[in-house]
Amino acid sequence: MTSHIKMDERVERDRLAEMVQAVIGKPLDRPEGALKVSGAAPYAMDRLPANACHGVLVRATVSNGTLRDMDVDAVQALPGIRAIIADDRLLRNPAQGMAGEAPIQGPKDIAYFGQPIALVVAETFEQARHGAQALKLRFEADGTAIVAPDDPKADIETPEDEQDSTGDLDAAMQTARHTVDAHYTTPGHVSAAMEPHASIAEWNGDRLTLYGSYQMLRFNRAELADALGIEEKQVRILAPYVGGGFGSKLGIGPEAVAAALAAKALGVPVAVAMSRQQVFESVMRRSETDQHIRLAADEQGRLIGIGHEALVSNLPGEEFSEPVTQATPFLYQGDHRVIGHRIARVHRTCAGSVRAPGEAVGLTALEIALDELAAASGIDPVKLRLINIPQKDPSQDIPFSSHMLAEALEEGAKRFDWDRRRSEPGAVRDGEWLIGMGMASAARVNMLIESKARVTLNANGTGTVETDMTDIGTGTYTVLSQIAGEMLGLPMDSVETLLGDTAYPPASGSGGSFGAASNGTAVLLACEEIRQQLCERLDCDMQGLTLKDGHAIVGNRRIALPEILDGSRLVGEGHVEPGKAEETVRQATYGSYFAEVAVNAITGETRLRRMLGVFAAGRILNPKTARSQCLGGMTFGIGMALTEELIHDPRDGHIVNRDFAEYHLPVNADVPQIDVVLLDERDAWANPLQAKGIGELGICGAAASIVNAIYNATGIRIRDLPATLDKIIDGLQSRTD
Amino acid sequence: MTISVSMTVNGKTVSGDVEGRTLLVQFLREQLHLTGTHVGCDTSQCGACVVHVDGQSVKSCTILAAQANGTEVVTIEGLADGATLHPMQEAFREHHGLQCGFCTPGMLATGYDIVRRLPDADEARIRRELSGNICRCTGYHNIVKAIKAGAEKMSAA
Ligand code: FES
Ligand code: FES
Repeated sequence: MTSHIKMDERVERDRLAEMVQAVIGKPLDRPEGALKVSGAAPYAMDRLPANACHGVLVRATVSNGTLRDMDVDAVQALPGIRAIIADDRLLRNPAQGMAGEAPIQGPKDIAYFGQPIALVVAETFEQARHGAQALKLRFEADGTAIVAPDDPKADIETPEDEQDSTGDLDAAMQTARHTVDAHYTTPGHVSAAMEPHASIAEWNGDRLTLYGSYQMLRFNRAELADALGIEEKQVRILAPYVGGGFGSKLGIGPEAVAAALAAKALGVPVAVAMSRQQVFESVMRRSETDQHIRLAADEQGRLIGIGHEALVSNLPGEEFSEPVTQATPFLYQGDHRVIGHRIARVHRTCAGSVRAPGEAVGLTALEIALDELAAASGIDPVKLRLINIPQKDPSQDIPFSSHMLAEALEEGAKRFDWDRRRSEPGAVRDGEWLIGMGMASAARVNMLIESKARVTLNANGTGTVETDMTDIGTGTYTVLSQIAGEMLGLPMDSVETLLGDTAYPPASGSGGSFGAASNGTAVLLACEEIRQQLCERLDCDMQGLTLKDGHAIVGNRRIALPEILDGSRLVGEGHVEPGKAEETVRQATYGSYFAEVAVNAITGETRLRRMLGVFAAGRILNPKTARSQCLGGMTFGIGMALTEELIHDPRDGHIVNRDFAEYHLPVNADVPQIDVVLLDERDAWANPLQAKGIGELGICGAAASIVNAIYNATGIRIRDLPATLDKIIDGLQSRTD
Repeated sequence: MTISVSMTVNGKTVSGDVEGRTLLVQFLREQLHLTGTHVGCDTSQCGACVVHVDGQSVKSCTILAAQANGTEVVTIEGLADGATLHPMQEAFREHHGLQCGFCTPGMLATGYDIVRRLPDADEARIRRELSGNICRCTGYHNIVKAIKAGAEKMSAA
């Protein structure tokens, strides 16, 4: 009944290519589009039961210390208040991605400003919010808490297994013809998914149903059960529609546990929606980074050494730390290499995954450094990258599964008219605007995560896909339907995909760009199982079976599926697991960015004029949804380059700009003409779909192309992101002085 | 203190009791179960909550339910004509003007309003008019395309 594969080796056979329904790889519309444009897609807070109470979280207003007491009586006396929950099982912060167990619990020990410490529950949302605001708290604060990673008193960890060194980089830096040796800093970022975190909890006896907004339900179920001290099978999580995630909804959050505890205590359903400010403060931030990069190159610009040493931060005791240097070991050649990773323990909001943890900021800094090397050596930035592409992974001495960086660079340069770029900075002017062009490489590691799915071929000849996978806007409903449609020969309107319910087989979840490929493989395998069963019924072999438009074609017979099924249905399950292919070859996706900016010569303001991304990510399952992912990723890159920045109060570490008024996401006016080109590629090492992840590739290095364009426009090198006008204007003045 | 309000929402007369501090968006979502109007920011930046009040596009998180007393409100649920999508909705669906869909009702409401006020708006103008709506998924591109296509459909209709 279950078709299983462990990815230990290449899968030579391209199953999808053998099919004839011709829906895979087509730019098909989302099946759930009509629901979303009508306001009928139910997000977490849209299923409020009539008798539900509302809970509002209360936050700590110190960054380290102990909650001594709360003036519960005064708040309980307010109208409509039903309970104040300060249970020891409340979460300090959300679980990290794929933790599968509860994060640190216990609201009384305060580790950061903004930490949830209690839940006020009332009949209406307004009453609960008032109660939460009115609750008087008494803390015993530890005034010596370290809140900044660059505080000399900060406790810095240097995990041994995250340091790496080959050759002698110091010596290479001494003898190299061209070098770069600089520090780059990126500030904290937030995912800022448009739907704030929200959960509605409802108990039926000892069984809990949670409507939530989560990315990885099988892990979230385990985390929630563990936090509550109950069995996994007592928990069901539903999240059929998720208003964006970008990492922020990987692990179960404080609102879910609080809602569940309150609903249990009161015997009614309880809804807890976080305000945007609460999402900023108590959900994950991307760590700020300080990156020391060293590049050593010979006369022709060939790299002989690369050093990339990062300092990031997180709360004491948290496992996660931003994997800044993730792509550095394999992106460019060079015999002498140093990788360094240090973690400062600070009392700031928990750091976790924000879209493309690692490469998003790490590659951005590396690609700015490459641009500095290009300027220093006088070699064209595109050419510099082309001549430094290694033949195999230079750190592990293993081959690449597939590699299209060179094609992406060349294609991008051609389409962007890169040869019109003037290499000397400040050479092009348009009125009071200085015009420049910049570029960068894109790279992101590719992953496969264990995943299961069930497909049913119903008696009427339609197909149903079931998995607890989520669609966080990425297009999961669309691509899973396409895979099933292709494999079973069904038109798209004959396939229904059901997601976001832990009652279905456990999937990889959405994260790390691995969702479509991992879970799509499980769907493909489940369909193979059904094809096998059809062969048995038709007494033919797999090669002899063609499925198209709801019919089976065997030899010269063409039979409608309902006729074959004869009132019964066929069920297949698919199960994929990662295997040795992870270590045998280096798997990654690649691409290139090209950007043109105008920098105002008087104000220092940067306006992006046009941007191009060229990407290779194996088979593209649906160019429409894939392209959208890249557009969105590049727009994250625009924010990273120009506006996005978490600002912490130096005294207590609290986030000063904890809303969209002050944390500046790119808006319409910031986003000019963006083009995306998807290259045709297959990667047989990745999975039987030969597809790789694409959800994050578009952000990895994107900001560098913009920062490099600013240099080309002005001659001003920004090493401290974002490139706000205050950092540019000084340089402009000294140029005119 | 509760206040009785009554208004026309999507063509139907509705009434209810609200608190003085109840926002229009809460009234629509919780009392009328019109959950297509979303809350995304709490500070009037994102536009996920845009509805039409007496023909004007309004962020329903910035006005009190009591202020909407006696007005005519249209939400995303009132845009379609029965089972037939409004041309603007059709354009968003077709041009992939959405991913997660959370910002979509507000984008649609604003898009509809732009076209009604400025039927010939070009791309630059549409972008400027959309300054009060944030989308984290799409990079806006397809949204602008959808609104342009919606404008053409609306003028053809
Ligand atoms: S919720 Fe109204 S503008 Fe964001
Ligand atoms: S589609 Fe997700 S925020 Fe716009």
